[in-house]
Amino acid sequence: MMLQVEGVHTFYGAIEALKGVDLHVDEGEIVALIGANGAGKSTLLMTICGVAKARRGRITFAGSEITAERTDDIVRRGVACSPEGRRIFPRMTVLENLRMGALTADPERYDENLAAVFELFPRLKERAQQRGGTLSGGEQQMLAIGRALMSEPTLLLLDEPSLGLAPLVVKQIFEAIRRINAQRRMTVLLVEQNAHHALRLAHRGYVLVTGQITMTGTGQELLENPEVKAAYLEGGHA
Amino acid sequence: MAYLLQQLINGLTLGSIYGLIAIGYTMVYGIIGMINFAHGEIYMIGAFVAVIAFTAFSNLPLVVAIMLVLLFSMVITAAYGWTVERVAYRPLRGSFRLAPLISAIGMSIFLQNYVQLLQGARNKPVPPMIQGGFTVMQEGTFTVQLSYLQIMIVVTTLVLMAGFTHFINTTSLGRQQRACEQDKTMAALLGVNVDRTVSLTFVLGAGLAAVAGVMVTLYYGVVDFYLGFLAGLKAFTAAVLGGIGSLPGAMLGGILIGLIEALWAGYFSSEWKDVAAFSILVLVLIFRPQGLLGRPEVEKV
Ligand SMILES: Nc1ncnc2c1ncn2[C@@H]1O[C@H](COP(=O)(O)OP(=O)(O)OP(=O)(O)O)[C@@H](O)[C@H]1O
Ligand SMILES: [Mg+2]
Repeated sequence: MMLQVEGVHTFYGAIEALKGVDLHVDEGEIVALIGANGAGKSTLLMTICGVAKARRGRITFAGSEITAERTDDIVRRGVACSPEGRRIFPRMTVLENLRMGALTADPERYDENLAAVFELFPRLKERAQQRGGTLSGGEQQMLAIGRALMSEPTLLLLDEPSLGLAPLVVKQIFEAIRRINAQRRMTVLLVEQNAHHALRLAHRGYVLVTGQITMTGTGQELLENPEVKAAYLEGGHA
Repeated sequence: MAYLLQQLINGLTLGSIYGLIAIGYTMVYGIIGMINFAHGEIYMIGAFVAVIAFTAFSNLPLVVAIMLVLLFSMVITAAYGWTVERVAYRPLRGSFRLAPLISAIGMSIFLQNYVQLLQGARNKPVPPMIQGGFTVMQEGTFTVQLSYLQIMIVVTTLVLMAGFTHFINTTSLGRQQRACEQDKTMAALLGVNVDRTVSLTFVLGAGLAAVAGVMVTLYYGVVDFYLGFLAGLKAFTAAVLGGIGSLPGAMLGGILIGLIEALWAGYFSSEWKDVAAFSILVLVLIFRPQGLLGRPEVEKV
Protein backbone atom coordinates (compact mmCIF):
# COMPACT_ATOMS: atom_id res chain seq x y z
CA MET A 1 0.00 0.00 0.00
CA MET A 2 1.41 3.36 -1.04
CA LEU A 3 -0.54 5.68 1.22
CA GLN A 4 -2.63 4.88 4.24
CA VAL A 5 -4.63 7.40 6.25
CA GLU A 6 -6.13 6.04 9.47
CA GLY A 7 -8.52 7.87 11.75
CA VAL A 8 -7.05 11.29 11.01
CA HIS A 9 -8.42 14.32 12.84
CA THR A 10 -7.20 17.76 11.81
CA PHE A 11 -8.13 21.01 13.52
CA TYR A 12 -7.89 24.69 12.64
CA GLY A 13 -7.94 26.16 16.11
CA ALA A 14 -11.17 24.80 17.54
CA ILE A 15 -12.66 23.90 14.15
CA GLU A 16 -12.45 20.20 13.43
CA ALA A 17 -11.98 20.01 9.67
CA LEU A 18 -11.26 16.27 9.50
CA LYS A 19 -13.19 14.00 11.85
CA GLY A 20 -11.50 10.65 11.63
CA VAL A 21 -10.71 10.07 7.97
CA ASP A 22 -9.73 6.61 6.71
CA LEU A 23 -8.45 6.27 3.18
CA HIS A 24 -5.82 4.36 1.30
CA VAL A 25 -4.20 4.52 -2.09
CA ASP A 26 -2.51 1.50 -3.63
CA GLU A 27 0.55 1.64 -5.79
CA GLY A 28 -0.27 2.58 -9.37
CA GLU A 29 -3.81 3.69 -8.60
CA ILE A 30 -5.64 6.86 -9.48
CA VAL A 31 -7.95 7.69 -6.58
CA ALA A 32 -10.48 10.52 -6.73
CA LEU A 33 -11.66 12.40 -3.68
CA ILE A 34 -14.88 14.30 -4.18
CA GLY A 35 -16.98 16.41 -1.85
CA ALA A 36 -18.76 19.71 -1.48
CA ASN A 37 -17.07 23.03 -0.71
CA GLY A 38 -15.65 23.04 2.76
CA ALA A 39 -15.85 19.25 3.14
CA GLY A 40 -12.15 19.09 4.02
CA LYS A 41 -10.61 17.81 0.78
CA SER A 42 -7.80 20.33 0.67
CA THR A 43 -7.26 19.89 4.38
CA LEU A 44 -6.76 16.17 3.84
CA LEU A 45 -4.12 16.76 1.15
CA MET A 46 -2.38 19.32 3.36
CA THR A 47 -2.44 16.90 6.27
CA ILE A 48 -0.85 14.19 4.14
CA CYS A 49 1.90 16.68 3.22
CA GLY A 50 2.40 17.73 6.83
CA VAL A 51 1.39 21.34 6.20
CA ALA A 52 -1.60 20.87 8.50
CA LYS A 53 -0.85 18.50 11.37
CA ALA A 54 -3.08 15.58 12.27
CA ARG A 55 -3.99 15.88 15.92
CA ARG A 56 -5.01 12.25 16.05
CA GLY A 57 -4.61 9.33 13.72
CA ARG A 58 -1.84 7.96 11.58
CA ILE A 59 -0.53 8.48 8.07
CA THR A 60 1.84 6.03 6.44
CA PHE A 61 3.60 6.43 3.12
CA ALA A 62 5.41 3.52 1.47
CA GLY A 63 5.59 1.70 4.79
CA SER A 64 6.92 4.59 6.93
CA GLU A 65 4.87 6.67 9.31
CA ILE A 66 4.93 10.31 8.25
CA THR A 67 2.20 11.72 10.53
CA ALA A 68 4.47 14.11 12.42
CA GLU A 69 7.16 14.53 9.82
CA ARG A 70 8.18 17.89 8.42
CA THR A 71 6.76 18.80 5.01
CA ASP A 72 10.07 18.91 3.18
CA ASP A 73 11.02 15.48 4.55
CA ILE A 74 7.71 14.02 3.35
CA VAL A 75 8.26 15.58 -0.05
CA ARG A 76 11.75 14.14 -0.24
CA ARG A 77 10.23 10.69 0.21
CA GLY A 78 8.56 11.12 -3.17
CA VAL A 79 5.30 12.99 -2.60
CA ALA A 80 4.48 15.96 -4.83
CA CYS A 81 1.54 18.29 -4.57
CA SER A 82 -0.17 20.75 -6.83
CA PRO A 83 -2.01 22.61 -4.10
CA GLU A 84 -5.23 24.56 -3.95
CA GLY A 85 -4.71 28.10 -5.23
CA ARG A 86 -1.81 26.95 -7.43
CA ARG A 87 0.75 28.86 -5.38
CA ILE A 88 3.03 29.78 -8.26
CA PHE A 89 6.05 31.81 -7.16
CA PRO A 90 4.95 35.11 -8.64
CA ARG A 91 8.37 36.74 -8.96
CA MET A 92 10.06 33.75 -10.53
CA THR A 93 9.95 32.90 -14.20
CA VAL A 94 8.10 29.85 -15.47
CA LEU A 95 11.43 28.10 -15.86
CA GLU A 96 12.53 28.96 -12.33
CA ASN A 97 9.23 27.66 -10.97
CA LEU A 98 9.86 24.40 -12.79
CA ARG A 99 13.41 24.24 -11.48
CA MET A 100 12.05 24.62 -7.97
CA GLY A 101 9.84 21.62 -8.73
CA ALA A 102 12.93 19.62 -9.65
CA LEU A 103 14.66 20.37 -6.35
CA THR A 104 14.27 16.86 -4.94
CA ALA A 105 14.69 15.05 -8.27
CA ASP A 106 17.78 13.54 -9.79
CA PRO A 107 19.52 16.47 -11.55
CA GLU A 108 20.56 14.14 -14.34
CA ARG A 109 16.93 13.72 -15.33
CA TYR A 110 16.12 17.43 -15.30
CA ASP A 111 16.33 17.96 -19.07
CA GLU A 112 14.21 14.93 -19.79
CA ASN A 113 11.54 15.88 -17.25
CA LEU A 114 11.48 19.44 -18.49
CA ALA A 115 10.98 18.27 -22.06
CA ALA A 116 8.13 16.03 -20.88
CA VAL A 117 6.40 18.93 -19.11
CA PHE A 118 6.82 21.17 -22.15
CA GLU A 119 5.39 18.46 -24.34
CA LEU A 120 2.41 18.19 -22.02
CA PHE A 121 1.93 21.98 -21.84
CA PRO A 122 3.50 23.61 -24.90
CA ARG A 123 2.16 26.92 -23.61
CA LEU A 124 4.66 26.80 -20.76
CA LYS A 125 7.51 26.49 -23.22
CA GLU A 126 6.40 29.63 -25.04
CA ARG A 127 6.19 31.45 -21.73
CA ALA A 128 9.36 30.03 -20.17
CA GLN A 129 10.84 33.44 -19.36
CA GLN A 130 7.61 35.09 -18.20
CA ARG A 131 7.13 35.78 -14.50
CA GLY A 132 4.73 33.39 -12.79
CA GLY A 133 2.63 36.19 -11.34
CA THR A 134 1.77 37.51 -14.78
CA LEU A 135 0.50 34.21 -16.20
CA SER A 136 -3.21 33.73 -16.79
CA GLY A 137 -5.09 31.56 -14.30
CA GLY A 138 -5.12 28.60 -16.64
CA GLU A 139 -1.43 28.93 -17.43
CA GLN A 140 -0.69 29.05 -13.71
CA GLN A 141 -2.66 25.84 -13.28
CA MET A 142 -0.58 24.17 -15.98
CA LEU A 143 2.56 25.42 -14.31
CA ALA A 144 1.46 24.12 -10.90
CA ILE A 145 0.90 20.65 -12.34
CA GLY A 146 4.08 20.78 -14.39
CA ARG A 147 6.06 21.85 -11.34
CA ALA A 148 4.71 18.93 -9.34
CA LEU A 149 5.67 16.54 -12.13
CA MET A 150 9.25 17.86 -12.24
CA SER A 151 10.12 15.96 -9.06
CA GLU A 152 9.11 12.62 -10.58
CA PRO A 153 7.02 11.77 -7.54
CA THR A 154 5.86 8.30 -6.63
CA LEU A 155 2.69 9.85 -5.23
CA LEU A 156 1.13 12.85 -6.93
CA LEU A 157 -1.48 14.89 -5.06
CA LEU A 158 -3.61 17.17 -7.21
CA ASP A 159 -6.04 19.67 -5.73
CA GLU A 160 -8.62 20.58 -8.35
CA PRO A 161 -6.34 20.49 -11.39
CA SER A 162 -9.23 21.37 -13.72
CA LEU A 163 -10.09 24.60 -11.91
CA GLY A 164 -10.24 27.58 -14.23
CA LEU A 165 -9.25 25.68 -17.34
CA ALA A 166 -11.05 25.56 -20.68
CA PRO A 167 -12.88 22.25 -21.32
CA LEU A 168 -10.38 21.24 -23.97
CA VAL A 169 -7.44 21.81 -21.63
CA VAL A 170 -9.25 19.92 -18.85
CA LYS A 171 -9.57 17.00 -21.21
CA GLN A 172 -5.86 17.22 -22.02
CA ILE A 173 -4.92 17.31 -18.37
CA PHE A 174 -7.04 14.31 -17.46
CA GLU A 175 -5.64 12.48 -20.45
CA ALA A 176 -2.15 13.42 -19.30
CA ILE A 177 -2.82 12.13 -15.79
CA ARG A 178 -4.01 8.84 -17.27
CA ARG A 179 -0.91 8.59 -19.43
CA ILE A 180 1.55 9.44 -16.68
CA ASN A 181 -0.15 6.97 -14.40
CA ALA A 182 -0.01 4.21 -17.01
CA GLN A 183 3.48 4.85 -18.35
CA ARG A 184 5.36 5.78 -15.22
CA ARG A 185 3.14 3.97 -12.73
CA MET A 186 2.79 7.22 -10.87
CA THR A 187 0.18 6.94 -8.14
CA VAL A 188 -2.34 9.79 -8.08
CA LEU A 189 -4.70 11.14 -5.44
CA LEU A 190 -6.98 13.62 -7.11
CA VAL A 191 -9.33 16.14 -5.49
CA GLU A 192 -11.98 17.35 -7.89
CA GLN A 193 -15.14 19.40 -8.09
CA ASN A 194 -15.44 18.05 -11.58
CA ALA A 195 -16.72 14.74 -10.17
CA HIS A 196 -17.86 13.28 -13.44
CA HIS A 197 -14.46 13.54 -15.12
CA ALA A 198 -12.61 12.54 -12.00
CA LEU A 199 -14.62 9.41 -11.33
CA ARG A 200 -14.39 8.31 -14.93
CA LEU A 201 -10.64 8.64 -14.77
CA ALA A 202 -10.10 7.13 -11.33
CA HIS A 203 -9.80 3.48 -10.40
CA ARG A 204 -11.46 4.21 -7.07
CA GLY A 205 -13.05 7.14 -5.35
CA TYR A 206 -14.04 8.48 -1.95
CA VAL A 207 -16.77 10.91 -1.00
CA LEU A 208 -15.93 13.32 1.81
CA VAL A 209 -18.76 15.06 3.67
CA THR A 210 -17.96 17.58 6.42
CA GLY A 211 -14.75 15.92 7.45
CA GLN A 212 -15.81 12.29 7.14
CA ILE A 213 -15.66 9.69 4.39
CA THR A 214 -19.23 8.63 3.68
CA MET A 215 -18.81 6.49 0.61
CA THR A 216 -16.17 4.64 -1.31
CA GLY A 217 -16.04 2.36 -4.32
CA THR A 218 -14.69 2.04 -7.81
CA GLY A 219 -15.05 5.06 -10.04
CA GLN A 220 -17.79 3.31 -11.97
CA GLU A 221 -19.73 2.35 -8.81
CA LEU A 222 -19.70 5.91 -7.54
CA LEU A 223 -20.70 7.28 -10.92
CA GLU A 224 -23.76 5.07 -10.87
CA ASN A 225 -24.58 5.60 -7.20
CA PRO A 226 -27.87 7.56 -6.95
CA GLU A 227 -26.73 9.60 -3.94
CA VAL A 228 -23.51 10.60 -5.66
CA LYS A 229 -25.48 11.37 -8.79
CA ALA A 230 -27.87 13.60 -6.90
CA ALA A 231 -25.25 15.44 -4.88
CA TYR A 232 -22.27 15.75 -7.20
CA LEU A 233 -23.20 14.87 -10.75
CA GLU A 234 -26.50 16.60 -11.44
CA GLY A 235 -26.58 18.71 -14.54
CA GLY A 236 -23.82 20.44 -16.34
CA HIS A 237 -21.61 17.67 -17.60
CA ALA A 238 -21.31 16.17 -21.03
CA MET B 1 33.92 71.23 -8.33
CA ALA B 2 36.90 69.72 -6.56
CA TYR B 3 35.14 70.01 -3.25
CA LEU B 4 32.07 68.28 -4.66
CA LEU B 5 34.19 65.47 -6.05
CA GLN B 6 35.79 64.94 -2.67
CA GLN B 7 32.39 64.73 -1.01
CA LEU B 8 31.24 62.23 -3.61
CA ILE B 9 34.28 60.05 -2.96
CA ASN B 10 33.71 60.17 0.78
CA GLY B 11 29.99 59.54 0.35
CA LEU B 12 30.54 56.56 -1.88
CA THR B 13 32.86 55.00 0.67
CA LEU B 14 30.45 55.53 3.51
CA GLY B 15 27.55 54.42 1.33
CA SER B 16 29.29 51.14 0.53
CA ILE B 17 29.42 50.35 4.21
CA TYR B 18 25.75 51.24 4.69
CA GLY B 19 24.83 49.20 1.65
CA LEU B 20 26.52 46.07 2.99
CA ILE B 21 24.63 46.40 6.26
CA ALA B 22 21.36 47.24 4.52
CA ILE B 23 21.39 43.92 2.65
CA GLY B 24 20.96 42.11 5.96
CA TYR B 25 17.92 44.20 6.88
CA THR B 26 16.30 43.73 3.54
CA MET B 27 16.92 39.99 3.25
CA VAL B 28 15.59 39.25 6.71
CA TYR B 29 12.58 41.44 6.10
CA GLY B 30 12.01 39.66 2.82
CA ILE B 31 11.99 36.21 4.30
CA ILE B 32 10.32 36.61 7.69
CA GLY B 33 8.74 40.03 7.41
CA MET B 34 10.41 41.55 10.45
CA ILE B 35 12.92 44.32 11.00
CA ASN B 36 15.92 42.77 12.72
CA PHE B 37 16.80 45.64 15.01
CA ALA B 38 19.75 43.70 16.36
CA HIS B 39 21.43 43.79 12.96
CA GLY B 40 23.31 47.00 13.77
CA GLU B 41 24.80 45.22 16.77
CA ILE B 42 25.77 42.28 14.57
CA TYR B 43 27.74 44.75 12.49
CA MET B 44 29.27 46.20 15.65
CA ILE B 45 30.36 42.70 16.68
CA GLY B 46 31.91 42.29 13.24
CA ALA B 47 33.95 45.43 13.90
CA PHE B 48 35.05 44.22 17.34
CA VAL B 49 36.12 40.85 16.01
CA ALA B 50 38.10 42.79 13.40
CA VAL B 51 39.91 44.80 16.08
CA ILE B 52 40.75 41.68 18.04
CA ALA B 53 41.85 39.81 14.95
CA PHE B 54 43.96 42.70 13.62
CA THR B 55 45.80 42.78 16.91
CA ALA B 56 46.35 39.03 16.78
CA PHE B 57 47.57 39.03 13.19
CA SER B 58 49.62 42.22 13.40
CA ASN B 59 52.85 40.37 12.62
CA LEU B 60 51.63 38.92 9.36
CA PRO B 61 52.00 40.65 5.99
CA LEU B 62 49.22 43.19 5.54
CA VAL B 63 47.35 41.47 2.73
CA VAL B 64 47.34 38.13 4.52
CA ALA B 65 46.26 39.82 7.74
CA ILE B 66 43.34 41.56 6.07
CA MET B 67 42.21 38.35 4.40
CA LEU B 68 42.39 36.45 7.68
CA VAL B 69 40.59 39.22 9.56
CA LEU B 70 37.80 39.23 6.99
CA LEU B 71 37.47 35.48 7.24
CA PHE B 72 37.48 35.43 11.04
CA SER B 73 35.07 38.29 11.37
CA MET B 74 32.66 36.84 8.84
CA VAL B 75 32.62 33.40 10.43
CA ILE B 76 32.26 34.59 14.01
CA THR B 77 29.75 37.30 13.19
CA ALA B 78 27.73 34.86 11.10
CA ALA B 79 27.61 32.56 14.13
CA TYR B 80 26.18 35.44 16.16
CA GLY B 81 23.61 36.15 13.44
CA TRP B 82 22.60 32.52 13.38
CA THR B 83 22.32 32.37 17.15
CA VAL B 84 20.23 35.52 17.39
CA GLU B 85 17.67 34.03 15.01
CA ARG B 86 17.57 30.71 16.84
CA VAL B 87 17.33 32.21 20.31
CA ALA B 88 15.31 35.37 19.86
CA TYR B 89 13.17 35.02 16.74
CA ARG B 90 12.45 31.43 15.83
CA PRO B 91 10.62 30.58 19.06
CA LEU B 92 8.34 33.55 18.37
CA ARG B 93 7.43 32.62 14.82
CA GLY B 94 3.67 32.34 14.59
CA SER B 95 3.29 34.58 17.62
CA PHE B 96 1.67 38.00 17.38
CA ARG B 97 3.32 40.41 14.96
CA LEU B 98 5.00 42.71 17.44
CA ALA B 99 6.59 39.94 19.50
CA PRO B 100 9.70 39.41 17.34
CA LEU B 101 10.13 43.17 17.03
CA ILE B 102 10.22 43.57 20.78
CA SER B 103 12.54 40.60 21.00
CA ALA B 104 14.80 42.24 18.41
CA ILE B 105 15.04 45.46 20.39
CA GLY B 106 15.83 43.41 23.48
CA MET B 107 18.48 41.50 21.57
CA SER B 108 20.00 44.76 20.36
CA ILE B 109 20.31 46.12 23.90
CA PHE B 110 21.59 42.79 25.16
CA LEU B 111 24.36 42.63 22.55
CA GLN B 112 25.44 46.20 23.28
CA ASN B 113 25.73 45.46 26.95
CA TYR B 114 27.38 42.14 26.31
CA VAL B 115 30.14 43.73 24.24
CA GLN B 116 30.45 46.58 26.72
CA LEU B 117 30.97 44.10 29.55
CA LEU B 118 33.40 41.91 27.63
CA GLN B 119 35.39 44.66 25.93
CA GLY B 120 34.91 47.68 28.13
CA ALA B 121 33.11 50.91 27.42
CA ARG B 122 36.11 52.76 26.07
CA ASN B 123 37.03 53.18 22.40
CA LYS B 124 39.20 50.49 20.90
CA PRO B 125 41.71 51.87 18.43
CA VAL B 126 43.64 50.06 15.75
CA PRO B 127 46.73 51.58 14.17
CA PRO B 128 46.24 52.83 10.61
CA MET B 129 47.24 50.04 8.28
CA ILE B 130 46.49 51.13 4.77
CA GLN B 131 47.85 54.57 4.13
CA GLY B 132 48.37 56.76 1.14
CA GLY B 133 46.37 57.30 -1.99
CA PHE B 134 46.06 59.37 -5.10
CA THR B 135 45.65 63.04 -5.56
CA VAL B 136 42.82 63.09 -8.06
CA MET B 137 42.87 66.79 -8.80
CA GLN B 138 44.06 70.07 -7.49
CA GLU B 139 41.99 73.24 -7.47
CA GLY B 140 43.65 76.23 -5.88
CA THR B 141 44.67 75.09 -2.43
CA PHE B 142 42.15 72.25 -2.34
CA THR B 143 43.33 68.77 -3.28
CA VAL B 144 40.97 65.92 -3.94
CA GLN B 145 42.23 62.76 -2.28
CA LEU B 146 41.29 59.23 -3.11
CA SER B 147 42.90 56.92 -0.60
CA TYR B 148 43.87 53.32 -1.25
CA LEU B 149 41.61 52.40 1.61
CA GLN B 150 38.63 54.08 -0.02
CA ILE B 151 39.35 52.22 -3.23
CA MET B 152 39.57 48.98 -1.33
CA ILE B 153 36.29 49.59 0.48
CA VAL B 154 34.35 50.48 -2.64
CA VAL B 155 35.84 47.71 -4.75
CA THR B 156 35.32 45.05 -2.08
CA THR B 157 31.74 46.18 -1.65
CA LEU B 158 30.98 46.16 -5.35
CA VAL B 159 32.54 42.73 -5.80
CA LEU B 160 30.59 41.35 -2.84
CA MET B 161 27.34 42.86 -4.03
CA ALA B 162 27.81 41.47 -7.52
CA GLY B 163 28.72 38.07 -6.14
CA PHE B 164 25.80 38.05 -3.75
CA THR B 165 23.33 39.10 -6.44
CA HIS B 166 24.65 36.33 -8.64
CA PHE B 167 24.28 33.85 -5.79
CA ILE B 168 20.67 34.83 -5.09
CA ASN B 169 19.67 34.93 -8.75
CA THR B 170 21.30 31.87 -10.17
CA THR B 171 22.17 29.21 -7.60
CA SER B 172 19.86 26.58 -6.19
CA LEU B 173 20.26 27.93 -2.65
CA GLY B 174 19.51 31.42 -3.92
CA ARG B 175 16.39 30.15 -5.63
CA GLN B 176 15.32 28.39 -2.45
CA GLN B 177 15.86 31.62 -0.58
CA ARG B 178 13.64 33.51 -3.00
CA ALA B 179 11.05 30.74 -2.93
CA CYS B 180 10.78 31.02 0.86
CA GLU B 181 10.49 34.76 0.51
CA GLN B 182 7.52 34.38 -1.85
CA ASP B 183 5.66 31.43 -0.33
CA LYS B 184 7.11 29.39 2.53
CA THR B 185 4.41 26.73 2.46
CA MET B 186 4.88 26.10 -1.23
CA ALA B 187 8.65 26.09 -0.82
CA ALA B 188 8.29 23.37 1.82
CA LEU B 189 5.94 21.48 -0.50
CA LEU B 190 8.75 21.34 -3.02
CA GLY B 191 11.26 20.03 -0.50
CA VAL B 192 12.87 23.23 0.74
CA ASN B 193 13.96 23.16 4.38
CA VAL B 194 12.43 26.50 5.36
CA ASP B 195 14.04 26.81 8.79
CA ARG B 196 17.45 26.16 7.36
CA THR B 197 16.85 28.74 4.64
CA VAL B 198 15.85 31.36 7.21
CA SER B 199 19.02 30.55 9.15
CA LEU B 200 21.05 30.88 5.97
CA THR B 201 19.57 34.33 5.40
CA PHE B 202 20.69 35.49 8.85
CA VAL B 203 24.13 33.98 8.33
CA LEU B 204 24.60 35.69 4.97
CA GLY B 205 23.31 39.04 6.25
CA ALA B 206 25.64 38.84 9.24
CA GLY B 207 28.57 37.86 7.03
CA LEU B 208 28.11 40.96 4.89
CA ALA B 209 27.68 43.13 7.99
CA ALA B 210 30.97 41.69 9.25
CA VAL B 211 32.72 42.86 6.10
CA ALA B 212 31.24 46.31 6.71
CA GLY B 213 32.54 46.07 10.29
CA VAL B 214 36.06 45.26 9.10
CA MET B 215 35.95 48.13 6.61
CA VAL B 216 34.75 50.65 9.14
CA THR B 217 37.46 49.55 11.56
CA LEU B 218 40.06 50.22 8.92
CA TYR B 219 38.42 53.47 7.84
CA TYR B 220 37.91 55.14 11.19
CA GLY B 221 40.54 53.23 13.13
CA VAL B 222 38.39 53.03 16.22
CA VAL B 223 35.32 51.10 17.40
CA ASP B 224 33.05 51.18 20.42
CA PHE B 225 30.09 49.15 21.60
CA TYR B 226 27.66 51.85 20.50
CA LEU B 227 28.87 51.78 16.91
CA GLY B 228 25.97 49.67 15.65
CA PHE B 229 23.18 51.92 16.77
CA LEU B 230 23.47 54.82 14.36
CA ALA B 231 24.97 52.83 11.52
CA GLY B 232 22.19 50.28 11.94
CA LEU B 233 19.53 52.95 11.80
CA LYS B 234 21.05 54.49 8.71
CA ALA B 235 21.41 51.15 6.96
CA PHE B 236 17.80 50.45 7.84
CA THR B 237 16.90 53.82 6.36
CA ALA B 238 18.87 52.83 3.28
CA ALA B 239 16.91 49.59 3.00
CA VAL B 240 13.61 51.47 3.24
CA LEU B 241 14.80 54.10 0.79
CA GLY B 242 15.73 51.44 -1.74
CA GLY B 243 12.55 49.48 -1.06
CA ILE B 244 12.60 47.06 1.85
CA GLY B 245 12.77 43.49 0.61
CA SER B 246 14.62 44.51 -2.55
CA LEU B 247 18.25 43.45 -2.82
CA PRO B 248 19.35 45.98 -5.45
CA GLY B 249 17.27 48.52 -3.52
CA ALA B 250 19.34 48.00 -0.38
CA MET B 251 22.58 48.47 -2.30
CA LEU B 252 21.34 51.58 -4.06
CA GLY B 253 19.78 52.94 -0.88
CA GLY B 254 23.02 52.46 1.05
CA ILE B 255 25.08 54.32 -1.50
CA LEU B 256 22.51 57.14 -1.72
CA ILE B 257 22.39 57.56 2.05
CA GLY B 258 26.18 57.73 2.13
CA LEU B 259 26.21 60.36 -0.60
CA ILE B 260 23.43 62.40 0.98
CA GLU B 261 25.20 62.36 4.30
CA ALA B 262 28.55 63.38 2.84
CA LEU B 263 27.04 66.17 0.74
CA TRP B 264 25.00 67.42 3.66
CA ALA B 265 28.02 67.42 5.93
CA GLY B 266 30.11 69.10 3.26
CA TYR B 267 27.71 71.85 2.31
CA PHE B 268 25.48 72.49 5.30
CA SER B 269 26.60 71.32 8.66
CA SER B 270 28.38 68.22 9.80
CA GLU B 271 26.71 68.43 13.18
CA TRP B 272 23.33 67.86 11.57
CA LYS B 273 24.42 65.16 9.14
CA ASP B 274 22.49 62.44 10.92
CA VAL B 275 19.31 64.43 10.47
CA ALA B 276 19.77 64.35 6.70
CA ALA B 277 19.44 60.59 6.46
CA PHE B 278 16.36 60.45 8.61
CA SER B 279 14.69 63.39 6.86
CA ILE B 280 15.07 61.39 3.68
CA LEU B 281 13.44 58.44 5.42
CA VAL B 282 10.43 60.55 6.36
CA LEU B 283 10.12 61.95 2.84
CA VAL B 284 10.33 58.50 1.31
CA LEU B 285 7.71 57.12 3.65
CA ILE B 286 5.37 59.94 2.72
CA PHE B 287 5.85 60.09 -1.04
CA ARG B 288 7.01 56.65 -2.03
CA PRO B 289 6.35 54.19 0.77
CA GLN B 290 7.46 51.21 -1.30
CA GLY B 291 10.91 52.80 -1.79
CA LEU B 292 12.84 53.46 -4.97
CA LEU B 293 13.07 49.89 -6.24
CA GLY B 294 10.45 48.28 -4.04
CA ARG B 295 7.32 46.78 -5.46
CA PRO B 296 3.90 48.17 -4.69
CA GLU B 297 1.94 46.36 -2.00
CA VAL B 298 -0.68 44.90 -4.30
CA GLU B 299 0.25 42.27 -6.81
CA LYS B 300 -1.50 39.54 -8.66
CA VAL B 301 -0.62 36.18 -7.21
N1 LIG C 1 -6.66 28.06 7.70
C1 LIG C 1 -7.92 27.76 8.12
N2 LIG C 1 -8.38 28.29 9.28
C2 LIG C 1 -9.62 27.99 9.72
N3 LIG C 1 -10.46 27.19 9.09
C3 LIG C 1 -10.06 26.64 7.92
C4 LIG C 1 -8.76 26.91 7.38
N4 LIG C 1 -8.65 26.22 6.24
C5 LIG C 1 -9.81 25.58 6.06
N5 LIG C 1 -10.66 25.81 7.07
C6 LIG C 1 -12.00 25.26 7.24
O1 LIG C 1 -11.90 23.85 7.19
C7 LIG C 1 -12.96 23.31 6.43
C8 LIG C 1 -12.42 22.45 5.32
O2 LIG C 1 -11.75 23.29 4.40
P1 LIG C 1 -11.07 22.73 3.08
O3 LIG C 1 -10.33 23.85 2.47
O4 LIG C 1 -10.32 21.51 3.40
O5 LIG C 1 -12.35 22.37 2.18
P2 LIG C 1 -12.41 21.80 0.70
O6 LIG C 1 -13.15 20.51 0.77
O7 LIG C 1 -11.09 21.80 0.08
O8 LIG C 1 -13.35 22.88 -0.01
P3 LIG C 1 -13.30 23.50 -1.48
O9 LIG C 1 -13.95 22.52 -2.38
O10 LIG C 1 -14.12 24.74 -1.37
O11 LIG C 1 -11.90 23.76 -1.81
C9 LIG C 1 -13.79 24.48 5.95
O12 LIG C 1 -14.90 24.60 6.82
C10 LIG C 1 -12.88 25.66 6.09
O13 LIG C 1 -13.60 26.82 6.40
MG1 LIG D 1 -10.24 22.85 -1.41
